[in-house]
Amino acid sequence: MSGESTYTPANGFTRWLDARLPILRLVNDSFVDYPTPKNLNYWWTFGAILSLCLAVQIVTGIVLAMHYVPTTELAFASVEHIMRDVNYGWLIRYVHANGASMFFIAVYIHMFRGLYYGSYKAPREVLWILGVLIYLLMMATAFFGYVLPWGQMSFWGATVITNLFGAIPVVGEALRTWLWGGFSVGDPTLNRFFSLHYLFPFLIAGVVVLHVWALHVTGQGNPAGIEVKDPKKDTVPFTPYATIKDGFGMVLFLILFAYFVFYNPNGLGEPDNYEIANPLKTPAHIVPEWYLLPFYAILRAVPDKLGGVILMFGAIAILFVLPWLDTSKVRSARFRPLYKQFFWIFVAVCLGLGYCGGQTPDKILIHVGDGGFDVTDLSRILTIYYFAHFIVLLPVLGLVEKPKPLPASIADSVLPGTRQDQATS
Amino acid sequence: MKTAMKSISRAVPLAAIAAIGFSLFSGMPAKAAEGEVAPIDLQWSFEGVFGTYDRDALRRGYKVYKEVCAVCHSMQFVHFRNLGEPGGPEFSEGQVKALAAEITVEDGPDANGDMFERPGEGKDPFPSPYPNPEAAAASLGAAPPDLSLLAKSRAGGVDYLYSVLVGYEEAPEDFELTTGYYNKYFPGHMIAMPPPLSDGQVDYEDGTPNTVEQMSRDVSHFMMWAAEPKLEQRHRMGFQVLIYLVLLSGILYFAMRKVWADQH
Amino acid sequence: MAEIHADEPTRRDFLYVATGSLAAVGVASAVWPLIDQMNPDASVLALASIEVDISNIPVGQETTFKWRGKPVFVRHRSEEEIAAAESVDVASLPDPQTDDERVRTGPDGELERQWLVVIGICTHLGCVPLSYKGEYDGYFCPCHGSVYDTSGRIRKGPAPLNLEVPPYEFVSDTKIKIG
Repeated sequence: MSGESTYTPANGFTRWLDARLPILRLVNDSFVDYPTPKNLNYWWTFGAILSLCLAVQIVTGIVLAMHYVPTTELAFASVEHIMRDVNYGWLIRYVHANGASMFFIAVYIHMFRGLYYGSYKAPREVLWILGVLIYLLMMATAFFGYVLPWGQMSFWGATVITNLFGAIPVVGEALRTWLWGGFSVGDPTLNRFFSLHYLFPFLIAGVVVLHVWALHVTGQGNPAGIEVKDPKKDTVPFTPYATIKDGFGMVLFLILFAYFVFYNPNGLGEPDNYEIANPLKTPAHIVPEWYLLPFYAILRAVPDKLGGVILMFGAIAILFVLPWLDTSKVRSARFRPLYKQFFWIFVAVCLGLGYCGGQTPDKILIHVGDGGFDVTDLSRILTIYYFAHFIVLLPVLGLVEKPKPLPASIADSVLPGTRQDQATS
Repeated sequence: MKTAMKSISRAVPLAAIAAIGFSLFSGMPAKAAEGEVAPIDLQWSFEGVFGTYDRDALRRGYKVYKEVCAVCHSMQFVHFRNLGEPGGPEFSEGQVKALAAEITVEDGPDANGDMFERPGEGKDPFPSPYPNPEAAAASLGAAPPDLSLLAKSRAGGVDYLYSVLVGYEEAPEDFELTTGYYNKYFPGHMIAMPPPLSDGQVDYEDGTPNTVEQMSRDVSHFMMWAAEPKLEQRHRMGFQVLIYLVLLSGILYFAMRKVWADQH
Repeated sequence: MAEIHADEPTRRDFLYVATGSLAAVGVASAVWPLIDQMNPDASVLALASIEVDISNIPVGQETTFKWRGKPVFVRHRSEEEIAAAESVDVASLPDPQTDDERVRTGPDGELERQWLVVIGICTHLGCVPLSYKGEYDGYFCPCHGSVYDTSGRIRKGPAPLNLEVPPYEFVSDTKIKIG
């Protein structure tokens, strides 16, 4: 799909530039003439939406850093200064804070799209792995950023997460002290987290470049999960077809974004974080931001500290080897009747884990006599299922499932009457 | 285009499910705790897309804050100048100056290196009754929280503030009150703060009945503004932004249809 | 349909132009808050004016106040200094201004000629001039040798303009509000 370049410089200057730095050729081949499968649906606009999210976060973040002070004495007050005094400071901060949530909404949709349509399968394994790497960097960035306002949740979130590293045998204690730069989360911790919070988005941007590069080497997947056979029939040029569709998707996404920024700016946050950090008083319920809740549930599901940490990181690490766990040669769930059912169960399990992460662990869900079935019990079952999905179901399904017949070509798949998946999704 | 139409009709409900899903997570922890009574759900003028603060309520609330709350509580992030800013109580410049001048501020050092006292000015924050939380705790038994952000830092928000202010009652017979006062809406029901308001305590110049309920309502209104002084600007801009985005999405949709027309 | 390509001359009809313009308007409006946030914020503007007590500045002396992060010289001028400032041929000055244009009226409506208020920043490259120095006993800038007279007007050296008179007014006989 990378194929021959179709770029022809239009005038003397671009010809001159092309011989020296073929940047316009690169842009043309990547975002203008780039052949795009014509059957992409709206789930494929989330790549562009994610680029927008990253850009918004970087721009608003640079602006906020102009006013923010990374010391325990002044961090909270400087955020209030931004909210109250800086021109449009309230807007910029609310965009940045809600932007993090929007970023994760988009990345989760993007990832589940990849799972549904088998986007991680050969030859796109590296593309997928780079994506998981971006997701990991995003979580780290979000965590560092959440500490910066120096509210109660910032402080106690940082304390809990850094204490996880204390579970590592032998070096844990030293590692934790090293992360803190002291004997608890304090000024040195806040300062280094600020530095890293500024750095990581640029690492993300770097990996995004690799991600897009890998995408343009293998070509985009598509809902039918079959390769392009005849570029003339199966693809359309990226511009204007995909650009305008991505643009439309972005604007719809911005409507959701704007709703939160302007009418529910604190709806996704914790009230406790508007209280200044107090190292002597832990809030009644410590919960991470919503996008980390499933992993928090996995952590708490394990009675052993080290075991919980290993499983929590394992839940992300397993995504790296996903391309080799799925044994089915068919990519798209459209043509995998069994996998499609299990995919939706898996989505429900992830949502369930998220629910568990937000509840107190001893909350009883089903009363039986004195005790009953509580949140910890539920998160244990869901955690087991989460791992079983990857380790047991995916390898076995590929062997036992009888896929539906694949369409002959992408062009065929968009003709009326050949769509296979309308009944259930 | 048909594909696009079809997938959008499927995308919308799924996005809605996702949206409900995550708002469920984020909303739940706050309400999950046991032994807590849900606060009284009041109607406020600042709620909703076009919500604005009620200037008179803010001015009355400021009076209640100044005469009652400020005796023990600080409100360190609010400055006198804020009282004159748009979207707040909107006192006139002269009124702000007069209100600020009611307090005395230590300033300095002057040319001789001495600290001196001067009347308050617009740039000064609301005065803190105690120099630090430790001093407040030593004198009152527990440090009263700063009021600047209380309307945002408490689950239940402004409704909760109102509920606590009116929630003092006799402890039920089976309740063991070991310290402080019984409050129906305070988590755990034992609150260190004595009932701060009584009927007729603060003189209202505009003739509004100064009952505990009314004063609680006004001061909660004021504390909401203190926590979120840019709410009116936010609501106004939000409406403009949403109108713009809906228009843009509409015109983009038709442009997209035109672009894709030759493909289907 | 495959033969239709984007590089075929597209009809730039009303719909596309309207879409593009609407999007451009949105991007431009979104940029403004990002620019405006660098302007002085509300807490800075609150400090933008100061009231200073000038009652204890004796004749022939000067006190420096800090206003908007810059020094403001308030000089209580003697009769000789006023006379020296008024006797100059205005037309011969690099930046012609009469002394009366550089002082303000007091609460009684009379010009307060004994009070000279100037921003203590040399108009050449921003150094702070030394008071009661230089040929005219006004100000002398040590950086590049600009010389100002007792009205703060530039007389010699590279500076192009007179020392700036900040906006100020007399609140009472003993108090001025700068800014």
